[in-house]
Amino acid sequence: MIDVLYFAWVRERIGKPREAVETQATTVADLVEELKKREPRYAAAFADVSALRVAVDQELADFSTPLSGAREVAFFPPMTGG
Amino acid sequence: MSGAGGVRVQREAFDLGAELEAFEAATSGAGAMVSFTGIVRDDAGGRLDRMEIEHYPGMTERALEKIRADAMKRWDLAGALIVHRHGALRPGEWIMMVATAARHRKAAFAAAEFLMDYLKSRAPFWKKEYTSDGAEWVAAKEEDEAALTRW
Repeated sequence: MIDVLYFAWVRERIGKPREAVETQATTVADLVEELKKREPRYAAAFADVSALRVAVDQELADFSTPLSGAREVAFFPPMTGG
Repeated sequence: MSGAGGVRVQREAFDLGAELEAFEAATSGAGAMVSFTGIVRDDAGGRLDRMEIEHYPGMTERALEKIRADAMKRWDLAGALIVHRHGALRPGEWIMMVATAARHRKAAFAAAEFLMDYLKSRAPFWKKEYTSDGAEWVAAKEEDEAALTRW
């Protein structure tokens, strides 16, 4: 079970800030493919992953990052701090 | 955590003068202190009602601690302070501040710029602007990403 978090317009498009996901995905990209199959709003949110950033266990990661042992995966647009 | 200052993520407003006085007191003798403050700007010609800043609790603090630690390692600093707000902010309100203290101004200026460059695109904050026309997420700028290559 992995906690999946969404921020900013990703959260708005999917319609929730977080959810627990039962998954066998081995990488972030695999998890994205599983989520896209759920409902059209997921497919819409993940249509262009180049517009998204990902963090695994609160560290910036890539879509190729393995999920072994990961507890938390977050998807969000490029950050705009400062 | 080494040196004075630290990182804070908060909803409440901060008092810039009081922050700088306390930071200066904690780094007394350093000789040079630099600060930067980000202020909500109305780019909508007077129609900006507010900016809402969302963040990723937990990761935000970790990311800011890392950026601060990298600056402390890179320059000989007496301290570095980062304060960043989240929630709803009106035009003219202070969004965030950084302050650095060192023996000489060059290190203090450079470290403050480094903190700002990394805050822009490596700290998990997202801004949404609410105007009389509706609401829109602020897009990240390519130049902010490019700014990191100079470090």
